[in-house]
Amino acid sequence: MITITSLTKRYGPFTAVDEVSFTAAAGRVTGFLGPNGAGKSTTLRVLAGLAAPTSGSATVLGARYADLPNPGLEVGVLLDASAQHGGRTGRETLVLAQRTMGLPAARVDESLELVGLTPAEARRRVRDYSLGMRQRLGIATALLGDPRVLVLDEPANGLDPAGIRWMRDLLRTFADDGGTVLLSSHLLAEIEMIADDIVMIGSGRVVAQGTKDELLRGAGTLVRADDVVAAGAALAAAGHQVTPSGDAVLTDADPATAGRVMFAAGLPVTELRASDGAGLEDMFLELTAATARDASSPATPAMTGAAA
Amino acid sequence: MTAVTAPAAPRGASRPRPTVPVPLGRLAGVELRKIFDTRSGLWLAVSVAVVAVGSAALLVALESPESFSYQFFVHSIDYPVHLLMPMLGVLAVTSEWSQRGALTTFALVPRRGRVLAAKALPLAGVAVATMLLTFACGVVATLVGAATGGVDAVWDMSLDEHLRMLAFSLLSMAVGFVVGVVLRSSPAALVAYLLFVLVVPSLSSALAASLDWYRDAGPWVELTSAQYELYGDVMTAEQWAQLGTASLLWLVLPFVLGVRRLLRVEIR
Repeated sequence: MITITSLTKRYGPFTAVDEVSFTAAAGRVTGFLGPNGAGKSTTLRVLAGLAAPTSGSATVLGARYADLPNPGLEVGVLLDASAQHGGRTGRETLVLAQRTMGLPAARVDESLELVGLTPAEARRRVRDYSLGMRQRLGIATALLGDPRVLVLDEPANGLDPAGIRWMRDLLRTFADDGGTVLLSSHLLAEIEMIADDIVMIGSGRVVAQGTKDELLRGAGTLVRADDVVAAGAALAAAGHQVTPSGDAVLTDADPATAGRVMFAAGLPVTELRASDGAGLEDMFLELTAATARDASSPATPAMTGAAA
Repeated sequence: MTAVTAPAAPRGASRPRPTVPVPLGRLAGVELRKIFDTRSGLWLAVSVAVVAVGSAALLVALESPESFSYQFFVHSIDYPVHLLMPMLGVLAVTSEWSQRGALTTFALVPRRGRVLAAKALPLAGVAVATMLLTFACGVVATLVGAATGGVDAVWDMSLDEHLRMLAFSLLSMAVGFVVGVVLRSSPAALVAYLLFVLVVPSLSSALAASLDWYRDAGPWVELTSAQYELYGDVMTAEQWAQLGTASLLWLVLPFVLGVRRLLRVEIR
């Protein structure tokens, strides 16, 4: 169980995290979604006691992380898979963590096996690892102490599709076993695939949160027509909100109403259905566009240099 | 779509929650291992040993036997050895940042002061071990030098001198450690360390040659020269006091400021 309450983190005049509140429940995989620079990593660093909040609080299993006597045994943390000493072998990296936590030496090989790193790979230096292998090693470190909570920042980065599937199954099993999982990602598809609950953050603020089903369920209607422009105009004329979405339009009207509008306008409709999650996706794309370098709406200058 | 079922019991709920903080001794053992388990750390440690043995061999082979004495060997071997050794102290701290292992280290042990103490303990051990190695090389060089050079073995160091050499070794390591704590970046700290032990003393003596007031003040503020007074046959109360003020200025003060910063800085 993770509880973030009114968490704010400022760097000088720049507010990286702004009054963020959410909980990640036991037995659930909570996806922390947002574009790069939205404040995800900063939030997770505060959660893991690596940064001090400006105000607000973050607790894991009812305690501040820094107050946990031997945190590795309760919370598995992977904040950056590339933040591992390149000069050590994968195995040595795990041995150090195993000794720090005071675990039996056998845990090292168990963890290596769990994440699918072979003994030969484990003998290589981390410098020579691919990002995917570093992710596996980082997850092995996080799982070493058999924790109840997992906090993973962008764990799917660098994993191939099979690796992502492997991780989804791993996290699913962990959560089904009553564990709490909080993982961040800047990719909606990734979060959709893995998470039960979603917390979406943009520019340091929570913009949407709920179960995946709630958030992805009918945020309006998708209308596809031969003449999309005319379809959009007809819906707008009938007083509905319209958002173009590729060769279709999204509207806040329900499917029945949208169908009647199309019929009245005499426009042949090729597809008409409740839009699945288009609302969330739109919101996410908007957030991404607002911070993307090549977006038409430029990012605020303060955004650059923000913690990813 | 995964059906969500409320789990009967949260994971690990049956296990008692840990109550014992990671013990300092165990952590010191981990930090000792970290000094030597990377290629750079291992080679640096090997270099220290090779330099000790190598310079002993060179001295016996090249120097004239009349100058041979135990003190001569110990002092001559010690200089290069104690130039290199403190770099282990520098890297023990800075590699956490330069190689970004700090993210894992401090996630596993959020009490940063404890991690720092755990780093200092094995480094002190390394400083003592290095000095003992230097003494051992000095003994062997004296015996071999006497045999090959046809001179008597001269044992000219008192227990007091040995102890002061040990203090010298610990102070040298402390310099490396403090530079690491203050700068937290391997390249910057290594350069700063070398400047401090190689360039600052010469600058200081150049200043002393040209400025009258600094000639008197210098010994009180320049650490490396004050430290080398520990090499002397005897050490006066004034020299101890100078070592004290210079250490206060260059070790204690930066250490306190560096630790304050390190305890608060965001680990990324």
